[in-house]
Amino acid sequence: MTFDGSMTFDYAPAPESRSVVDIAPSYGLFIDGEFAPGADGKVFKTVSPSSEEVLSEVAQAGADDVDRAVRAARKAFEKWSALPGAERAKYLFRIARIIQERSRELAVLESLDNGKPIRESRDADLPQVAAHFFYYAGWADKLGHAGFGPDPRPLGVAGQVIPWNFPLLMLAWKVAPALATGNTVVLKPAETTPLSALFFADICRQAGLPKGVVNILTGDGSTGAALVAHPDVAKVAFTGSTEVGKAIARTVAGTDKKVTLELGGKAANIVFDDAPVDQAVEGIVNGIFFNQGHVCCAGSRLLVQESVADEVLDALKRRMQTLRVGDPLDKNTDIGAINSAEQLARITALVEAGEAEGAERWAPDCALPGSGYWFAPTLFTGVTQAHRIAREEIFGPVLSVLTFRTPEEAVAKANNTPYGLSAGIWTEKGSRMLWMASKLRAGVIWSNTFNKFDPTSPFGGYKESGHGREGGRHGLEAYLNV
Amino acid sequence: MSDRLSVFKTYKLYVGGKFPRSESGRVYEVTDSKGNWLANAPLSSRKDARDAVVAARKAFGGWSGATAYNRGQILYRVAEMLEGRREQFTAEVAAAEGLSKPKAAAQVEAAVDRWVWYAGWSDKAAQIAGSANPVAGPYFNLSSPEPTGVVAVLAPQDSSFLGLVSVIAPAVVTGNTVVVTASENSPLPALSLGEVLATSDLPGGVVNVLSGRTAEIAAPLAAHQDVNAIDLTGADAELAKDLEVAAADNLKRVLRPGPVDWTADPGTGRLLSFLETKTVWHPMGV
Repeated sequence: MTFDGSMTFDYAPAPESRSVVDIAPSYGLFIDGEFAPGADGKVFKTVSPSSEEVLSEVAQAGADDVDRAVRAARKAFEKWSALPGAERAKYLFRIARIIQERSRELAVLESLDNGKPIRESRDADLPQVAAHFFYYAGWADKLGHAGFGPDPRPLGVAGQVIPWNFPLLMLAWKVAPALATGNTVVLKPAETTPLSALFFADICRQAGLPKGVVNILTGDGSTGAALVAHPDVAKVAFTGSTEVGKAIARTVAGTDKKVTLELGGKAANIVFDDAPVDQAVEGIVNGIFFNQGHVCCAGSRLLVQESVADEVLDALKRRMQTLRVGDPLDKNTDIGAINSAEQLARITALVEAGEAEGAERWAPDCALPGSGYWFAPTLFTGVTQAHRIAREEIFGPVLSVLTFRTPEEAVAKANNTPYGLSAGIWTEKGSRMLWMASKLRAGVIWSNTFNKFDPTSPFGGYKESGHGREGGRHGLEAYLNV
Repeated sequence: MSDRLSVFKTYKLYVGGKFPRSESGRVYEVTDSKGNWLANAPLSSRKDARDAVVAARKAFGGWSGATAYNRGQILYRVAEMLEGRREQFTAEVAAAEGLSKPKAAAQVEAAVDRWVWYAGWSDKAAQIAGSANPVAGPYFNLSSPEPTGVVAVLAPQDSSFLGLVSVIAPAVVTGNTVVVTASENSPLPALSLGEVLATSDLPGGVVNVLSGRTAEIAAPLAAHQDVNAIDLTGADAELAKDLEVAAADNLKRVLRPGPVDWTADPGTGRLLSFLETKTVWHPMGV
């Protein structure tokens, strides 16, 4: 990689070993404790986005498979919901422990199937996955103390549809609270990242989880739509695009189904003139380039106070030149592969729109691998609020930079979006931070930090970023009859 | 005295703190349970609904930004004003719902008591709905509820006053502003409530009252892009489904209709239905 055009650094490759994970050539659907092919025998391939190598072939679940899985979950619900909470807790503790034991295997698998850097899957995704199961395990026998009445009851079968950006972590966010509260689960992982959910099925087997309590259906959007619409699904939990979220809200209209939706975002990351520039730059980089920007709460709009805009942008560009894009399994990689050709095309189209609408594009000089799906970390200056790159979720490593003069202007610009998932504030002044935090219409506010997550901390959006909260005591409500 | 010709009241909408007629110029006949004419009520239009949303949005910043103590004081003041008008509301409820005077009085008294109950929640809701979160790292992390925004409320059709109060108070006490559609056939207690709200220090636009055909007014409210939530209590199952579909366009928070005993302890369900949880992180360090 060249740096300032004058020096060349050569990093030795530092790959994590693939041998820790054994991917089978094909997988069936996990229904009622057994792996079985789909009813109509349809399959699809899952590829590694960093190499386009076919990793495995998985079943495409159809309506009959959905029905079979929901019936299995419904049958399992009677016994599972009647178990003492302390017994359910022990199953969840077992799952948490097995995840910890197998975390390196799962991290490598996740990086292979998703394209994210091993440093992130190893140090962020997997520890959070285990922590989530630990946290909700402890709630299973304490639900009467959670503030939802003395004896809150589970809902039944939870139909859960999750995205490809944090495959196993989103599974944990969905499955852990559902099981802790006594519901049973039919979960559909994303089409491009089915493998870690199928490995999770094996973890359920190792943990001795009763048959039918967790069912995993691989498939595309039609599988998810059939699951959401199934009459015996009492609870729908979805993380994904706002467009699909709205379709789900229409599907469940007029039913008794309880719904939580965790959807898109266009978060403002707001830097004031008194912010410590180096820390803010680290926060900006983490906010938009973590996980290739495939993060619903990514800080994709940088709002920087006009008086420090040049200083911050210079420092940011310097920092971006040191980002290493490449092999997700290399321990020194900062930015991995874009998850799919389809997503790469979407990012490319929006970036082209940004240029066409008059914003100025900048990216560090960095070589991208020849095969696979890649996009260099990119920023746009000269962005107006009307530009598509300031309004639409890009879901890639692309930052739109806008400026402001007063706190009031920062609030107005930050809130000028149909989304409301997250926001960042960088200032050393406590009273200003708290004032800003109270004015921003977003579910998570990171002040002098960004992209922090914890099982105890509720997560979810205002407005079109969805409804309901995941995580913490609040996350229980979605799975109880309250 | 008995020969004296009484002075009729012109019932008007309550929008933005003022008492307009429907911009459509339309009215409809309101009768008692036996079919006797009581009054002409404004037959609100889509434009009235949109005007009411504008008023509610305008009021949201001030009302949600007021201290919880201040909101509680104002809502308690509403109860005080109602207490002095018990006879008027008893007569209106008796006529509207075909109740005996003692039964109507009981409804009105329960409604006054409900305002008092909800007024007290203003500075307590955040304490039962928020949390301090012990995250695994050096961070201060606090979750607090905030009002969702503008809430469209379809008041129950069968309980013209106690039910009405029971759906307005829980939405506004936490800082939301409201556009409420009165019971279609019994709108007079709701329109009179507007007169009470106007003299209770409640800022104009916090509560806006519309009378007319519920389905006609509710459709533009459910589809409105500047409404954040909708309470479908006053809709039948078929209308509720259509409205929920329309509400999905901007992902409104939807409270579905269901049977409610308005005389029973309401619990905290409605109070907590129109809140967003905001979680703020900050690093700790020296």
